[in-house]
Amino acid sequence: MLEYVLSKYNFWTYAILLIIGLYAMVGKKNLVKKLIGMNIFQSAVILFYISIGVKKGGATVPIFLGDAHAAHGHEIIIDAAHYFIPLPHVLMLTAIVVSVATTGVALAVLILIYKRYKTLEMDEIMKIRQDTGA
Amino acid sequence: MIWQLDVIFCLFVIICAIAAINVKDLLAAVIILGAYSFFMCILWTEMGAVDVAFTEASVGAGVGTVLFIAAVNKTKRRSKD
Repeated sequence: MLEYVLSKYNFWTYAILLIIGLYAMVGKKNLVKKLIGMNIFQSAVILFYISIGVKKGGATVPIFLGDAHAAHGHEIIIDAAHYFIPLPHVLMLTAIVVSVATTGVALAVLILIYKRYKTLEMDEIMKIRQDTGA
Repeated sequence: MIWQLDVIFCLFVIICAIAAINVKDLLAAVIILGAYSFFMCILWTEMGAVDVAFTEASVGAGVGTVLFIAAVNKTKRRSKD
């Protein structure tokens, strides 16, 4: 039982990173720290998806190494058990690019916030907003 | 997949994540986040997701860190927590 639980270390890492990211987003007061937490959260989800595609027992990267021309006219037999599942990889390729775009927009908003309030701490910004009534 | 190596890199990733959210200096936090991204990309190469790994290395760790450093340079470097 313990061995079974410990053998899923990918998923344990995923769960711990998810908690760290969530804590940084909720518990930290600095806006850049919140953004770092969001980045950690996103890559934890990506780690989860990649872990789904892993097969144990001699599976390799999903690249066909046989000679395609030599088998011309014959049927090429590919055993799916020899390769990792490539579908989650392709989905997560998009997710990484989207996450960088999200980070870029968030940093632009962050610079605007700094120009207006001259601080990046959440509590100070709230205090200024309360004092000025805006 | 070598499971000993995998466990070590999982531990490195967790340590980097904890360090990145606990460091007071924001520039240091951003650089540690870059290191985190590179460890993550080693982990994905180990898991056979080569395409995801090199996209993460170039886009996630490279461009992301540059954007972060530019933003920290334009704002304040010190953080209270």
